[in-house]
Amino acid sequence: MEKPENQRSKILIADDSEMNRAILADMLGDEYDIVEAENGVEAVSVIGSQGTELSLILLDIVMPEMDGFGVLTAMNQNHWIEDIPVIMISAESGVAQVERAYELGATDFITRPFDALIVHKRVVNTILLYAKQKRLMNLVVSQMFEREQQSNMMIEILSHIVEFRNSESGLHVRHVRNLTVLLLEQLDRKNCGYHFSQTDISTIATASAMHDIGKISIPEEILNKPGKLTMEEFEIMKTHTTVGAEMLEKLPDYRDKPLVQISHQICHWHHERYDGRGYPDGLKGDEIPISAQTVALADVYDALTSDRVYKKAIPHEEAIQMILDGQCGAFNPLLLECLSELSEVIQKEVSQDMATEDSRQNALSITAEILQHENLSVSKRTLQLWEHERVKHDFFAALSDEIQFEFTMSPLQVTFSAFGAKKLGFPEVIKDPLHDPGVLSMSKPEAVMRLSDMLRSTSPGQPVVTCDCLLNVNGEERWHRIVARATWSADEPPRYMGAIGKATDIHDDRMKLDDLERQASSDSLTGLLNHTSAKKQIEVRLNERPHGRYALVIFDLDLFKHANDTYGHLFGDELLKYLADKLRKSIRGGDIVARVGGDEFLIFMEYKNPLEPIIRRIYNSLCGPFGDFTISLSMGVAKTEDVGIRYSDLFNAADQALYTIKRGQRGKGAKYVFYNESMADEETQSAISPIDSGLQKAEKGDEDK
Amino acid sequence: MTLQECYAALGGDYESVTGRLRSERLVQKFVLKFLEDGSYDLLCRSMEGEDYGEAFRAAHTLKGVCQNLSFTRLYQSSAPLCEALRDGFHPEAPALKEQVDADYRQTADAIRAYQAGLEA
Repeated sequence: MEKPENQRSKILIADDSEMNRAILADMLGDEYDIVEAENGVEAVSVIGSQGTELSLILLDIVMPEMDGFGVLTAMNQNHWIEDIPVIMISAESGVAQVERAYELGATDFITRPFDALIVHKRVVNTILLYAKQKRLMNLVVSQMFEREQQSNMMIEILSHIVEFRNSESGLHVRHVRNLTVLLLEQLDRKNCGYHFSQTDISTIATASAMHDIGKISIPEEILNKPGKLTMEEFEIMKTHTTVGAEMLEKLPDYRDKPLVQISHQICHWHHERYDGRGYPDGLKGDEIPISAQTVALADVYDALTSDRVYKKAIPHEEAIQMILDGQCGAFNPLLLECLSELSEVIQKEVSQDMATEDSRQNALSITAEILQHENLSVSKRTLQLWEHERVKHDFFAALSDEIQFEFTMSPLQVTFSAFGAKKLGFPEVIKDPLHDPGVLSMSKPEAVMRLSDMLRSTSPGQPVVTCDCLLNVNGEERWHRIVARATWSADEPPRYMGAIGKATDIHDDRMKLDDLERQASSDSLTGLLNHTSAKKQIEVRLNERPHGRYALVIFDLDLFKHANDTYGHLFGDELLKYLADKLRKSIRGGDIVARVGGDEFLIFMEYKNPLEPIIRRIYNSLCGPFGDFTISLSMGVAKTEDVGIRYSDLFNAADQALYTIKRGQRGKGAKYVFYNESMADEETQSAISPIDSGLQKAEKGDEDK
Repeated sequence: MTLQECYAALGGDYESVTGRLRSERLVQKFVLKFLEDGSYDLLCRSMEGEDYGEAFRAAHTLKGVCQNLSFTRLYQSSAPLCEALRDGFHPEAPALKEQVDADYRQTADAIRAYQAGLEA
């Protein structure tokens, strides 16, 4: 809200005469940023969009479209006039005009002709005055906010002391408080004689936390007795109401404060019942203060739906029914109506950890209080803006399906957006996240560390990093893209303060992309790699470990054309699929297999043991009957030992070897042949048809160039 | 022609304007800019078109500019025209307008002569 020292204040000059605007701009432009508007409508739109960025408005009265009074009126309607000072500029010195402008909230007048010194002085004074006022206002608001938070905290601590002694979960106070708020709001809406301001509701809600403070005086054996209390024990138990009330009565200084008075009512009478059959005083109907009636109902509901030493939790619907049936004593019929109307809301909201709701409640009640103090009306708008921003942020965060987080070094913790926390199943705040088992189980620890390292190695000038990683969300690993911005301090040298960021689920997109990649790299009939992608993978392998021993095998089906002609193309396709499947099963994990074209296949492998037995094993496992057809193959094998590690050399050599079999040049019956140098001398011909191997053709073309 | 002589020719108050704007450079800049100011043209057009609301605003602007530049003579004729037009047409307006015309011509001529001297 406060401008940094070095930022120049901005002034809006609204005057229809360009000359006049220019003269003023010249007088002020050295020290201030100037925005100009040439009529009232333009001025209002500038104020609307720049808001409190403007430190001052110089406003002419006579202007086309909308005059200066119109602008002032709009500023009143939008409450801008409370934040932005206006100095009128005019030759109109008629008393009526001046009065009207002051009534509409103008701060000062400058009359024509302009005197540079006077204009300057007035502008400076007005801006300083307002800045000071704003600072004071912010101070008051933040102090009130802090006070409110501190006192709520004190009250919670006190009540928790009682609860922990009582072996309760510590949530009872919070549940009663939330339920009390809901009931009071509903009662107010019903318009049946009960009316509560936000401040009333906030006071009663805060006071509700103290309903059981008297239990501090009850012996632990009675408090935590699992079985039914005896008559004597119950009499002692009952005294927690009067003891609590006495404790408050004996407070030396604050007895007159509304919070203490309401707390007193609640402590004293939260066990009274509408029909007069409660304790300690047997009050009836509206003799019981409405605050105590409401808290009593909330107390009963939460007691029913929580585990206690003497009983198990009862489900929500059943508890509501028991209360409505009068099984827990009589309550104000209007309150019972509220309870049953709120049934769904209660089930959803009361048991939730409403920590965020609390701070919002604080802000709201402060806003309400401020509204009652006219002098502080400026801050009302600031709070409204703040509240508006918060609501907007929450709304968009919920819409965007993103996990948003904020990480700070001091305190060392990560805070998730409500949506994000829910999605990950985390609390909203996690201390020391880099050592938190939950956070570490969400992703690989290396991934978390990598993100942390990436953020630390950014600079204030370029603080944004992006990385994709697998996150475990609700037991399912999904790809997320994390975009985060490191925050650096303004010190020299800058210190790493933490980061803000978001994780977006990109799993489906990424899977689609992976699928497409796989489709593009594989042969559609057999699902094996196609030649282009096999070549790529093989080259990567060869370059990574160039000193390994590798072999490339190319083989084709004997009599495949015959099989196609005899049994039809469908049979041919089935045969190729079957062969691809067998091929997949007969190779080892690291080997690469591909369909190079038609009925030709490729195997690439690294070997350590003698190669010949391996090739024989593969050969034998692939041959055999398929229906009426007998599969038989011809194989050419080339080794990097012999021809080097260039893929094209390796491929051509294997192709040559295959070709020699096909021509029947090598021993009869031999079905696989290893390439040797003598083959290189033979007429260069390929076993693989050029139509089948588009790749080879393209490469030859490349080499020709 | 000096700026001071120009002010004498157009019937303005040189002492006053330099006293207020504190810089001869600024005064010169705005005096030259006066020729580009559209409010006099707007005044003429809207009087002809009998749009007296617009004419009032134009006269008002012209008056304000004259005031800021201490163009006393033109101010003295544009101010009564402005007042006459405040509530729409007034029978005296055409006569007052003629005086403004004459003063505007004189003012503009003086500035143009000054400008010509600067460029020469």
